[in-house]
Amino acid sequence: MLDVINVSKTFNPGTVNESRALTGVSLHLDPGDFVSVIGSNGAGKSTLFNLIGGTYFADGGKILLDGEDITYRPEHKRSKYIGRMFQDPLKGTAPHLSIEENLALAFLRASEHMSPFSRVTKKERESFRERLAELGLGLEDRMKAPVGLLSGGQRQALTLLMATVVTPKLLMLDEHTAALDPATAEKVLDLTRQIVAEQKITCLMVTHNIASALSLGSRTVMMNAGQIVLSLEEKEREGMSVTDLMELFKQKTARSFDNDRMLL
Amino acid sequence: MLLISQTALELGFLYALVAMALFLSYRILDIADLTTDGCFVLGAAVSVTAAVAGHPVAALLCAMAAGACAGFVTAFLQTRLGVPSILAGIVTNTGLYTINLMAMGWSSNKSLLGKATIFTMLKDTGFGGDWYELILAAGVTVTAGALLYWFLGTRLGLSIRATGDNRDMVRASSVNTTFTITLGLCIANALTALSGAMVGQYQKTVDINSGTGIVVIGLACLIIGETVLGRRSVLKGIIAVVVGSVIYRFIYAIVFYTKIVPVDFLKLITALVVAAAIAAPTVKKHLAFQRQKAAGRREEATGDA
Repeated sequence: MLDVINVSKTFNPGTVNESRALTGVSLHLDPGDFVSVIGSNGAGKSTLFNLIGGTYFADGGKILLDGEDITYRPEHKRSKYIGRMFQDPLKGTAPHLSIEENLALAFLRASEHMSPFSRVTKKERESFRERLAELGLGLEDRMKAPVGLLSGGQRQALTLLMATVVTPKLLMLDEHTAALDPATAEKVLDLTRQIVAEQKITCLMVTHNIASALSLGSRTVMMNAGQIVLSLEEKEREGMSVTDLMELFKQKTARSFDNDRMLL
Repeated sequence: MLLISQTALELGFLYALVAMALFLSYRILDIADLTTDGCFVLGAAVSVTAAVAGHPVAALLCAMAAGACAGFVTAFLQTRLGVPSILAGIVTNTGLYTINLMAMGWSSNKSLLGKATIFTMLKDTGFGGDWYELILAAGVTVTAGALLYWFLGTRLGLSIRATGDNRDMVRASSVNTTFTITLGLCIANALTALSGAMVGQYQKTVDINSGTGIVVIGLACLIIGETVLGRRSVLKGIIAVVVGSVIYRFIYAIVFYTKIVPVDFLKLITALVVAAAIAAPTVKKHLAFQRQKAAGRREEATGDA
């Protein structure tokens, strides 16, 4: 499904600010896998995501999606197959467009065969309404409202819908609940779990919440200093507590946590 | 008086196309496109030259194509070559000066006197009586506005609107922002050139300096219109630029005929109006903050006593 092969990335090479963000990272995802990625700040999680998503390109190595080499494919072409969500709820939606128009944009990914001059049809509008109703946030009655009026949690739920309205080959979640209050975060996580399970989406998720890293998905991968230091299979993960995992992390990295967000 | 109003209306509709172009580039794409001044003259020059050659209708299409090319150059500079958007417009604008001279046959002005224009063609049919110029000006502008409104509702138009709103999100929705910016600027500059083309044939002359300050006047029209009608939807925005442009031309006519202020002052006044309108939100915020601060101090003072 997704193969990241020996990928590396260095920022500002040859300057005093040189930082080796990733050094020879390899990762394999099977169809239907749900992998959570943990690691402290600067471990290279976001860099890995941005390389897979195409925000910038790898210095070396290869990225394959369904056997196709996408290492140097521009971002807008990859996003046909890859849905992404970020920590910042403002990043995933266009504030001055209405909910309906935002969804219509997300739907563009499936529209290769559609005329660029066509409009949103009644049928599509109905299906948008149905999907919005499934979120249980009452957004289906506000389809014409500009997205800028929604709360952070509503916007993030809408972004989740937009990322999955056309089932992507790969869904990447970059701390997508970190900016939300605990109750809303739980709600968005539930929705994520539900949608990923229903559509059987292969999913890669960065989180600082170790408890949800262990409870969600099928595998947990731990990164440190630009490398994957630990990969836990479903069986190994079973019965593991947050403290166990942190102990393991300390052993693997020979350092203690420098960031209390990891403890949450 | 009737004649003055009629002229103001005609000019209002003709120049509204520039404001419409700025609505697309400045409001929707969030790019201050300074190609506008040179592009307006380009449209006029191409249109007048083609009309002199005996093709007044094809002249409009040629002018629009030329304008789209100018927009393409500006877009190419900023999307592919990393030139900051304002600078890209200025660079194209400077280059256009030479192109415009070339389009006028290396002369700084060109006249259409005695030749057929789209206006004389309509007059000859007898349609509309004395109002034929207004009918044509309004007809072209309303058609352009309707087409723009229709276009912005399509999938392609939607991606252009979203590009100005949240570029990251648009890329994540598999839209190529280089393409949407380029297309948007091409359409905007085609509209500007169409305005120049219509004005050129209307006034039966084109001068190399006739575009100076057009971008600021266009912004003034945009802002006047939005102040009158509010800025909510795309449809309202398009109607607002036309209304704003007509109001601007009425103000211009009043100044011109009553001489309340010397006409030479008009560009300075326009610039001040635009600067004030764009600065208004910041000034308002600052004043509100000062008031809040003063209220806080007063409360403290009474609390102490």
